[in-house]
Amino acid sequence: MSAAQSDFERIKAASRQLRGSIAEGLRDPVTGGISDDDGKLLKFHGSYQQDDRDLREERRRQKLEPAYSFMLRARLPGGVVTPAQWLEYDRLAREYANGTLRITTRQTFQWHGIIKRRLKPTIAAIHASLASTIAACGDVVRNVVSTANPVETQAHGEAYAWAARLSDELAPRTRAYHEIWLDGEPLVGEPEVEPLYGTTYLPRKFKIGLAIPPLNDVDVFSQDLGLIAIAEDGVLRGFNIAVGGSMGATHGDPSTYPRLASVLGFVTPEQLFATAEAVVAVQRDWGNRVERKHARLKYTLDHRGVDNFKAELEKRLGFALETARPYRFEHNGDRYGWIEGHDGRWHLTLHIESGRLADRGEQRWLSGLRELALAHQGDFRLTCNQNVIVANVPAQERGRIDAIVEAHGLDSYRRNGAIRSHAVACVALPTCGLAMAEAERYLPALTDKVEALLAKHGLADAPILLRISGCPNGCSRPYLGEIALVGRGPGRYDLRLGADFSGQRLNRVYRENVDEAAILAALDPLFAGYAQERQPGEGFGDFLQRSGTVDAAPDRRIPLEVTA
Amino acid sequence: MNAVVSHESLASPLAADKAAQLHRLLEGLAPHELYWVAARSAALAARGPQPAQLPAAAAATERVTVLYGSQTGNAKRVAEQLAKKLEAAGLPARLVRADAYVQRELAQERQLFLVISTQGEGEPPDDARGLIDFIASRRAPRLPSLRYAVLGLGDSSYPQFCAIGRQLDARLAELGATRLDALAEADVDLDEVATPWTAAALERAREVLKAPAATVRTPLLQAVPSHAVHDRENPFAATVLANQRIVSRDSEREVLHVELSLEGSGLSYRPGDALGVWPRNPPALVQQWLELLRLDGEAEVSHNGRTLPLARWLTEERELTRLARGFALAHARVSNDAGLTQALEDPVALSALLDSHQPIDLLRRYPAPWDAAALVAALRPLTPRLYSIASSSAVVGDEVHLTVSTVDYEAFGERHWGAASAFLAASAEDGRIPVFIEANERFRLPADAARDVIMIGPGTGVAPFRGFVQERHETGAGGRNWLFFGNRHFAEDFLYQVEWQEALKQGALHRLDLAFSRDGAGKVYVQHRLREHGKELYAWLSGGAHLYVCGDATHMAKDVHAALIDIAAEHGGLSREDAAAWLAELLQQGRYARDVY
Repeated sequence: MSAAQSDFERIKAASRQLRGSIAEGLRDPVTGGISDDDGKLLKFHGSYQQDDRDLREERRRQKLEPAYSFMLRARLPGGVVTPAQWLEYDRLAREYANGTLRITTRQTFQWHGIIKRRLKPTIAAIHASLASTIAACGDVVRNVVSTANPVETQAHGEAYAWAARLSDELAPRTRAYHEIWLDGEPLVGEPEVEPLYGTTYLPRKFKIGLAIPPLNDVDVFSQDLGLIAIAEDGVLRGFNIAVGGSMGATHGDPSTYPRLASVLGFVTPEQLFATAEAVVAVQRDWGNRVERKHARLKYTLDHRGVDNFKAELEKRLGFALETARPYRFEHNGDRYGWIEGHDGRWHLTLHIESGRLADRGEQRWLSGLRELALAHQGDFRLTCNQNVIVANVPAQERGRIDAIVEAHGLDSYRRNGAIRSHAVACVALPTCGLAMAEAERYLPALTDKVEALLAKHGLADAPILLRISGCPNGCSRPYLGEIALVGRGPGRYDLRLGADFSGQRLNRVYRENVDEAAILAALDPLFAGYAQERQPGEGFGDFLQRSGTVDAAPDRRIPLEVTA
Repeated sequence: MNAVVSHESLASPLAADKAAQLHRLLEGLAPHELYWVAARSAALAARGPQPAQLPAAAAATERVTVLYGSQTGNAKRVAEQLAKKLEAAGLPARLVRADAYVQRELAQERQLFLVISTQGEGEPPDDARGLIDFIASRRAPRLPSLRYAVLGLGDSSYPQFCAIGRQLDARLAELGATRLDALAEADVDLDEVATPWTAAALERAREVLKAPAATVRTPLLQAVPSHAVHDRENPFAATVLANQRIVSRDSEREVLHVELSLEGSGLSYRPGDALGVWPRNPPALVQQWLELLRLDGEAEVSHNGRTLPLARWLTEERELTRLARGFALAHARVSNDAGLTQALEDPVALSALLDSHQPIDLLRRYPAPWDAAALVAALRPLTPRLYSIASSSAVVGDEVHLTVSTVDYEAFGERHWGAASAFLAASAEDGRIPVFIEANERFRLPADAARDVIMIGPGTGVAPFRGFVQERHETGAGGRNWLFFGNRHFAEDFLYQVEWQEALKQGALHRLDLAFSRDGAGKVYVQHRLREHGKELYAWLSGGAHLYVCGDATHMAKDVHAALIDIAAEHGGLSREDAAAWLAELLQQGRYARDVY
């Protein structure tokens, strides 16, 4: 690399495989935070240093440092949680965090508000519950997500097993995690070797998602590496490989953009692991380590060319990818309520607004899930749409589960309007350091207003996909919303419109940097037109596209739709 | 005659050649010329660092010694006033702080006026501990030729009111000395007693020394510092520059950082000094008094020759937030409540009552038909409150900064305030606060800037150390600075957190050890941190470090003292008695200084 490497690369290289001075920083009693450099390394251990931004200015005047705390993210492949684990995570939320559990768009839990001296016991407890936080953040392969609903066939179980294996085997090998959090023996001499990651890990985060058609609840085209399971007659045949998806962008910088993954071809299950590892390795070697905002795989692909990337991949693999197999996605939402699985067990999907499990008034969601965990013998599945599935319930147990659900106000899925059911929001303020505008805290009020507008046009039942994000980095995958708000500043958003409801078409900016009144004023006539002119079964985003409201031209960054 | 002491009667610090030189110079001078030389020398000496002891300049038989022991400066102020009056009357006198007094001179002393305060639960001021121990001990000489008078200072809201004054007065008599006047006991409104006592002391001195009615001015040998234009009785109206809460919104207490301007006042201060604040009682409290007593705030009330509306008496002139024994007794009489009267007769119950009640609590509980004039007469005059200054003028120029813990709490179902903190809390920017500087010579940074300092200041006790660290950094002091700070919660109550972090980065502060008592399972206080770092602490002290303690006197200062003894015993290999003596020695040398309240 001729140009100077980014500062982050220097920190990684000097970190002795992610150790840095994190352990010393944790012991420093004068601050509730850690140094900037250690903060960057801490991400690889599954935690972000944050502060309560609502209090930042007030505390500055009080001559107090920001109210630092830590967000901790678990690594839960496929979002599977046992009842025993759930009870432990619930305890951690109550004792060490801010009394809530947050289900993320990557199918895992986040705890917020953990103060520094509680970070170590919390991580140790997660480890003791047979889970981890390692590589839940950072320039590594993150938590591998997988279609949540274990419904259809035997193939689903096999697909999930692959997700879990990828998650485990692509995790970093450093012992730093054990040393710092689990009182492992401190390193003496040279640090261990990371066979895949080397000393500088990846140029940027790397996301892997596995979808089992016809459900695209993981938004497989938003992943750096998307795996589309191909099953025939209930038997898993292999996976279509899609690369270079990513949501993140920077306002005002057209060299950054969201991009949907490009489908390269098909591999058999036996070829999957080698293929995934090789994709990661090419990105490791080819990715941009000078400018972090151009470091994701999508830019590597666009700079080097998809064909060149594929050629390099096949060269390293020693075999050619087969032609992609046909598949069809129906939608990228969750299916609420009870569904019977192939083996006669039942699965209940509950709607959790913004994924936030808390006890607020009548709505005692955190406690309700704890009660379910105490009563339930199956398991739980977290979804990429921030919901939870009470999975593998024998038919005779359904009544008991329903009673607990009702008693804690968890049955909102029965009453919610269609738009509320599918809405997704990132965490944003007050904890996220990147947020420019509200998201999670604003979603309920926004939804009320949009619902009222829809009702005015007789559209109360229209399932429209609404996504809101506090900044353009896109944790709520806003570029795949039929209606999306992307934060620009306090109370101001870009209004984006026109994605489909299956995660296969990006939306476009419709109004730039506008407030709520302007957003509602813009939506009002579009809802009116949709109510009058939509075709049977036509989604809102598709209608806007067909009617020419948003640009219909295919974007080179959006893969052509592949249909059966 | 007022004669200069012969060389032989004093242990001379001069080398032989210098002594001869001096002798030649002084030979043949008239007595008034000798006095001029002596005063001039004393004034020169006062500009430099003061020696531990000053030579007595007049023969013990022919002069008056004014001796004081002072913690907050009140006793010092009264002693200075007496010394000035003696000086003005042409009487030979010397003013000596208790820890500068040469104990073996006591046997030769003929006329002694003693002004001494009592702290908290009957403790002596730190500067008088050594002398009091000496006088109380079996080593104390018989004093058949001594004539003396003692003025005790105290606060009658504490049970051990003026205990040290009483003890000294009794012990001197026991040693055979004769009282010039009976023991006087001054409460917080000390001028009520101190002014007549000073006048009487002056008369007694005149009688004893049979001084001529008119005389040349005899300058004091220890120069009394000239007073600024603004002082306690003539405070400066300082402008509020900033008034900022410095604990988080979730803190259980309120602590304010107050910045005042001294611009144009002519006032100056040194690190360690205190700022006196003349408060006004909270308007809401005055209103409550008027309503409870059904008295008219507009009504003119005369007392001691002054006439003011009652509301003004209560707001500006009278103590409403501290309950003293005197008012409690008066209220018992006016209310004619048998239960209250009985309670006040029991020392334990009285002590508990004074500790837990403000005057208004008595008014509420024992209704009484007070009339306005009697009320004004029964209440003590409002007194200024002293705050350790939290800044160094080397850094903040003519500003002065305070760290103020607001007294504002619920008791007996009602809200209660502290007079000064409520006054300061209610002061917006650009408001005016009547202030003066109260010097604290007992709480000074080492004259030798290369010495290390150890500062122990939990809670608002950290205030003077902000000034110390500012001063030491700004003046490039070479010694290291080690601060122990504690409070309830790290996230809420870490006073000046960002400044300490910056000071550590800049090397202005070398060590910071913290104790937050309510963050963990067990309560951790500064004394625990002292013990944890005992070895290093002892090494610093052995290397000549100065140690300072500021804050709560009731628990913290005692616990810290005990911890220091343990540390010296453990790490210095001393017996507990020797460790205690070692610490007392540090106190005596001024290397262990306390500003506790």
